[in-house]
Amino acid sequence: MAERSFAREVEHLKLGDGDVFRGEGILAITKALLQAGVSYVGGYQGAPISHLMDVLADAEDVLDELGVHFESSASEATAAATLAASVMYPIRGAVTFKSTVGTNVASDALANLASGGVTGGAMIIVGEDYGEGSSIMQERSHAFAMKSQIWLLDPRPNLETIVKMVEEGFELSEASNTPVMLEVRIRTCHVHGHFRTKDNRKPSFTLRQALENPKRDVGRIVLPPASYLHEKEKIEKRWPAAVRFVAERKLNEHFGPAEGETGIIVQGGMFNNTMRALQLLGLADLYGETTVPVHVLNVTYPLVEDELAAFCAGKAAVLMVEEGQPEFLEQALAHILRKRDIQTKLSGKDVLPMAGEYTTQVLLKGLEAFFAAHDRPVLGNEPPIPDPEPVLSDPTVKALAEVVPPRPPGFCTGCPERPIFAAMKLVEQELGQHHVAADIGCHLFSILPPFDIGATTMGYGLGPASASAFNVEADKRPISIMGDGGFWHNGLSSSVGNAAYNKHDGVIMIVDNYYSAATGGQDIMSSRAQSKRRATNNSIVDAVKGVGVKWVRQIDRTYDVAKMRDTLREALTTEEKGPKVIVASSECMLNKQRRVKPLLAEAAKAGKRLVRERFGVDEDVCTGDHACIRLSGCPSLSMKHLDDPLRDDPVASIDQSCVGCGNCGEVAEAAVLCPSFYRADVIVNPTGRDRLLARVRRAVISWLAARRDRRRIAFPG
Amino acid sequence: MTRHETFAQALSTDRPITIAILAMGGQGGGVLADWIVGMAEAQGWTAQSTSVPGVAQRTGATIYYIEMVEAPDGAVPILALMPTPGDVDVVLAAEFMEAGRSILRGLVTPDRTTLIASTHRSYAVAEKQKPGDGAADPQAVVRAARVASKRVIASDLDALAARHGSVISAALFGSLAGADVLPFPREAFEGAIRAGGKGVSASLAAFSAAFDRARHPEAHAEAHAEPPAPAKPDPLGDVGHAGYDALLARVRADFPAEAQPLLAAGLRKVVDFQDLAYGGAYLDRMRDLLAADRAAGGAAQGHAFGTACAKYLAVAMAYDDVIRVADLKTRASRHERVSREVGVKGEEILYTTEFMHPRMEEVIGTMPARLGRWLEARPGLVRRLDRVVSRGRRVRTGTIRWYLTLYAVAGLKRMRLKTLRHSRETAHIDAWLGRALEVLPRNYALAVEMVGCRRLVKGYSGTHARGEAKFDRVLSAVPLLVAREDGADWLRRLKQAALMDEEGTALDGALRTVQSLAD
Repeated sequence: MAERSFAREVEHLKLGDGDVFRGEGILAITKALLQAGVSYVGGYQGAPISHLMDVLADAEDVLDELGVHFESSASEATAAATLAASVMYPIRGAVTFKSTVGTNVASDALANLASGGVTGGAMIIVGEDYGEGSSIMQERSHAFAMKSQIWLLDPRPNLETIVKMVEEGFELSEASNTPVMLEVRIRTCHVHGHFRTKDNRKPSFTLRQALENPKRDVGRIVLPPASYLHEKEKIEKRWPAAVRFVAERKLNEHFGPAEGETGIIVQGGMFNNTMRALQLLGLADLYGETTVPVHVLNVTYPLVEDELAAFCAGKAAVLMVEEGQPEFLEQALAHILRKRDIQTKLSGKDVLPMAGEYTTQVLLKGLEAFFAAHDRPVLGNEPPIPDPEPVLSDPTVKALAEVVPPRPPGFCTGCPERPIFAAMKLVEQELGQHHVAADIGCHLFSILPPFDIGATTMGYGLGPASASAFNVEADKRPISIMGDGGFWHNGLSSSVGNAAYNKHDGVIMIVDNYYSAATGGQDIMSSRAQSKRRATNNSIVDAVKGVGVKWVRQIDRTYDVAKMRDTLREALTTEEKGPKVIVASSECMLNKQRRVKPLLAEAAKAGKRLVRERFGVDEDVCTGDHACIRLSGCPSLSMKHLDDPLRDDPVASIDQSCVGCGNCGEVAEAAVLCPSFYRADVIVNPTGRDRLLARVRRAVISWLAARRDRRRIAFPG
Repeated sequence: MTRHETFAQALSTDRPITIAILAMGGQGGGVLADWIVGMAEAQGWTAQSTSVPGVAQRTGATIYYIEMVEAPDGAVPILALMPTPGDVDVVLAAEFMEAGRSILRGLVTPDRTTLIASTHRSYAVAEKQKPGDGAADPQAVVRAARVASKRVIASDLDALAARHGSVISAALFGSLAGADVLPFPREAFEGAIRAGGKGVSASLAAFSAAFDRARHPEAHAEAHAEPPAPAKPDPLGDVGHAGYDALLARVRADFPAEAQPLLAAGLRKVVDFQDLAYGGAYLDRMRDLLAADRAAGGAAQGHAFGTACAKYLAVAMAYDDVIRVADLKTRASRHERVSREVGVKGEEILYTTEFMHPRMEEVIGTMPARLGRWLEARPGLVRRLDRVVSRGRRVRTGTIRWYLTLYAVAGLKRMRLKTLRHSRETAHIDAWLGRALEVLPRNYALAVEMVGCRRLVKGYSGTHARGEAKFDRVLSAVPLLVAREDGADWLRRLKQAALMDEEGTALDGALRTVQSLAD
């Protein structure tokens, strides 16, 4: 991890037997991995699992002491392939990424891994990015588990349970020779809770031992005829072993009375909100007491058919609480009931929505409908349940919908990507709109106002690839965008290499901000930081040239809007054929501030000469048209209402959060907007020469200004 | 399966205290959530917080949610991961429109919710990118909060925090403590801040001020109020300059009372722009306009026409040319203002750099009218000269060389009334007011709106040209509207549409609608 320290979190990893861990869910999982005796951990950063990677990257001493190898994988595919170490050797390993996007990338390796099976416990921790705050397509990881036969753990959001499932998960993996997926949702990753810790465990069989005593078994390799046998083995050996393990270890849980007219089956992850909904209906309390039997699936694949059949038998109806679609669990349960001729009615997506997040409010409605249909008496005299409807239907509240503005995430104050899109906007004004293929990363915020740039996004590092078809004679060239993260993840070969090979005539803009910024500022191959453990400072330009691109331009300061604009214009209009690659480099401002701020504060304190920069607007020069804001959207560039009866519109105004990046001035200059902007350079700890020069200048300027002021009428106020 | 089997028994009626924090990325919502959780845990309670912080870093709106309960020994509460609308005890909103968002999401209900909000505004892109005033109406949130909440504690916590060198999360935490909605003493809150270990003294100061304000909102209104802004001097009061005071005397004597405040403001603007004689010219012209106003029955209309003219004629006469810009940037008061805004301390030295991009248009505009026209008639020459002139220039106003340059440009004021730009502006004013005066006797209200359309002309270079084009297009609808009683309303709608977006898309639509009225 580059500019942010996780030293405090690392301390949590050192807790021993009987200590109490207090913190985030994802950190609890990190600790659980060490307690389970893993030998290696890999992964690709992304919300909501970035912190697992960040903390381990800062935990060298802990990992070295335990002999655990950690690496930031180049992609999720790399991470998944890393698990190959557990195929032949009794070595535990874990990898992590965001899902389903990461699982998509990893699925080639995952399918191979699952086919041959594993000897040591192999765990894939997937951060299920679904529902509010998600940044990706809404899909389920469940399908991956089913297609490759990887067991899927979905622990209820309680740190004790999650930690237990990590430990049991490794055993399950070993008992059934199958990789295991631990699914944790966004809020579970970020939930603050506590659990009692155990000592970390050194792996009993090390990577070194494996390297020095290599083993092979052609029966584990995915090639015919072994691959045919793998499929049979999955069904005949591994699956029954897993079902046996889940049942014997009692990984699923039962709450409430043994019998009942109705019952609820719930994915582990849905447990807390379901219990809250039951509580609000008067059917459960805060401490897990419930009058309705609840079956919690901490393992959602494979299902233990006997457990489910026993739970359903004798009940008039059961409700399956399963978030997302398709409703795999409900279908599977229907199949179980039909096969065993159990006449219990099955409810699920008939009372709950097929698509979308299962909030407590949604569950409340679904449960109420379920009980009303199948177990009316339990609702009793129906205590009032929280209902915002009366308030929401009040006209004054309804009127708010027209007033409250949307506030999507956007570029940070001083972001070096802002001037790139400002320049694109200026080129658009000159040459007209172009087809713009976008990618994944902070730069995707360009699709929102004020820039409104970008037509499609097809995956990480696939921006230029997604413009591949547009390689025909036309009066306009396609533009594609890709970040440095995407470039190293996949883009070098899938996008740039492909464009070079196919002589694509488009423009490729590579946004290089020195970090994998969108995922939290992790280092990547082209990061400018020096790193002991990793090889950084690899040039994107060299890599691009290495795959055969001839037209490459490097811009070392994206804030030079005029140069950005001119370079882009040249790329769009040059006679030269083949891909035109522009590498636009400037450091991510969020991380730069983290890096520079403490240094500057220290230097200022030590009496060193510094120049502090900030931008401002002369409000009597500004006319309140906000053209500058439409080319910026910077959080620190806002507007201000003046107390002047002659003015109708608020003027632009820059607040204290300005970091002096320069975009405002450059844009005003390049777009010929207005002369309102100024940059204020404040010399901190000036030298004697500074002071002398300033004194002379001020003396002359003050004299001149006073001379003219005397001829002016001095208005009061 | 693990059986937590229970038999029918009374369910506990405990419910957790629920708190939602609505904040924007970078406001420290996570820190606030950590303080609340830390405090509850230190008091022996079980507390859980959740968030979706992925977007929080990047200025988007985000919600942190906390539940806390004092559980009996051995009992493990099962806490929800997101707020249930209608079931939230406290909502902390770190910005006023976010308070509005919390109400819209049903998190604020009159049976239980205390809404603690900062009234300051941080404008969203959708608001600030409008060419006009796109600021959302805070009164809509005030009204809705009154209906939706059990209790509202609202004040500008951002300013309060800044005064104590701290951030808004500390002020919100202080308001929460002062609101007495959590069963913990003040010391418990302060303990959580101390345990956090960062910027403790500033946080505690902001906490304390916000605590007092929440406790005694009335006292705040009186004793803790911000220092009152110095009373604005009467714009109609003498300034102690004989020539100017004589002009003010004309304002007081010759014009109706309704128009006087704007006339005084306008007079000051044009005199500051040029000189006393120019101010006299302004008043002369206003005298004629008000005569027309009276003749059209303006007295019964509160002299709306004359008043509108007083405002927009002054703005039009004090147009934004390079001379004015140079003048404003070389005044002594400007250096002082920037020093204050940037916070220059002690020995520190301030220099400013201006970002200018002069083009031949500006150079020609500053030439004597005949010379300018002569040059304009030779586009080839202008293009060649433009190649030399037109480029971005970083003007370092703090250096003697650059200051003198701007000073010299500002000194061109003496020749301003002979410049090409001035003759253009004057012609534009004549045409604009001429058209309004034609309409005035036929449709008074429409004429008033026509005067107000001058608002569209603003900015520099391309922006100015776009503004003028919009102005022309809006006024092009006047012939269709002049016979209509609601003509003024339509023209106002057109003007508002023109201020909605840069390209004039909304204006196109509005113009089509007006066209259809005529068909």
